[in-house]
Amino acid sequence: MTPVAVMVGANRIVQAAGIIHPLGNADLTPDEEKALRRRIVEQALQALRTEVARPTVFTRE
Amino acid sequence: MTTRVVCFVNQFFGQLGGEERAGLGPQAMDGAVGAARAVQQALGEAGTVVATVVCGDNYAAEHPERAVAELVGLIGAAKPDLVVAGPAFLAGRYGVVCGALCAAVQAQLNVPAVTGMHAENPGVELHRRQVHILRTGAEATRMLEEVRRLVALGLKLVRGEAVGTPAVEGSFPRGVTRNVVAAESAADRAAAMLLDKLAGRPFTSEVPRPAFPSVPAARLVKTLEGATIALVTDGGLVPRGNPDGIEALNATRYGAYSIEGKTSLDAAQYDNPHRGYDTSWVKQDPHRLVPVDVARELEQSGAIGKLHETVYSTVGVATTLAHSARMGKEIADKLREAGVDAVILTST
Repeated sequence: MTPVAVMVGANRIVQAAGIIHPLGNADLTPDEEKALRRRIVEQALQALRTEVARPTVFTRE
Repeated sequence: MTTRVVCFVNQFFGQLGGEERAGLGPQAMDGAVGAARAVQQALGEAGTVVATVVCGDNYAAEHPERAVAELVGLIGAAKPDLVVAGPAFLAGRYGVVCGALCAAVQAQLNVPAVTGMHAENPGVELHRRQVHILRTGAEATRMLEEVRRLVALGLKLVRGEAVGTPAVEGSFPRGVTRNVVAAESAADRAAAMLLDKLAGRPFTSEVPRPAFPSVPAARLVKTLEGATIALVTDGGLVPRGNPDGIEALNATRYGAYSIEGKTSLDAAQYDNPHRGYDTSWVKQDPHRLVPVDVARELEQSGAIGKLHETVYSTVGVATTLAHSARMGKEIADKLREAGVDAVILTST
């Protein structure tokens, strides 16, 4: 849904893991899932300290 | 020669299932299936629904480019003269893919395409400039009448007949400017509008304001190591029993929930009333929506200064813009008052 976030004017948008589990993935092992979550949260923190002038999507690394 | 029509519907309107089938990939079925039968009914002798293509809402939202490419392939194979997508009403994922698909069909297959949805469907703002989108209600209660208008507009496009203004067709403005001869000069019209405004009478501006003003991007003035970070979600996580009675859709309320002393969230203590996506995975593990576990670790390791001890949560599905804006402002005011420097808002 990142295009919707851009349209309504959210300025820092991090692409997450999916609608039904944005910060997880039930197909992974618990350890892998937590590592995925940590990567997304760390990317969100990175986005917070990035200056942006307009709605910007930070895609998954 | 009768018009060949291909319909696009989601898994629900294609009668393949509800949220549990939302991950379904694109597929084509012969003839009019599910809601496409209303299109056939509206067409009467004027055309035939030769195929119905279906795609699950989550598949379309999570892989938008792939879904549209696959759907365009299935539609092209049926050699349509017209594509009718939806109507999607207020269903956000559905509306977004209906708009994107119509735009792609027009551009890649050179076939006219029409869709319909409610004014607050995000698909309207994303695609109304490329696609004729008819205004519908929020729900399918008047679907037959709305499909009749949709088909009538589609047939006009197929036949190359003149399409009326958005007010006449009941569609959303595409932002197309067309020269017309007005009976009165601009000065007379502006003066009349001003007199109507002063007298409190309704008037229609000739220059409508955009719906989404841009929001200046806030700067994080502290370093992360010194900042207080809050977690907010529109994905519907609530304590078991939903103590604030947050609505399952069309929410007008939000909750403030303490995570003081918690390094993780116990699934047994939480619930989720959100009716806009399949919440089974989040109920199984709330961290899949609200990442208290890793945020707490980042606090303990010093990567962030402090994790705010209150999580704000609401349900973001079919929520009106007015209520969203009000709740957002109220939550932001409370966070600012509590000294929060930045927010991670997780959304489904």
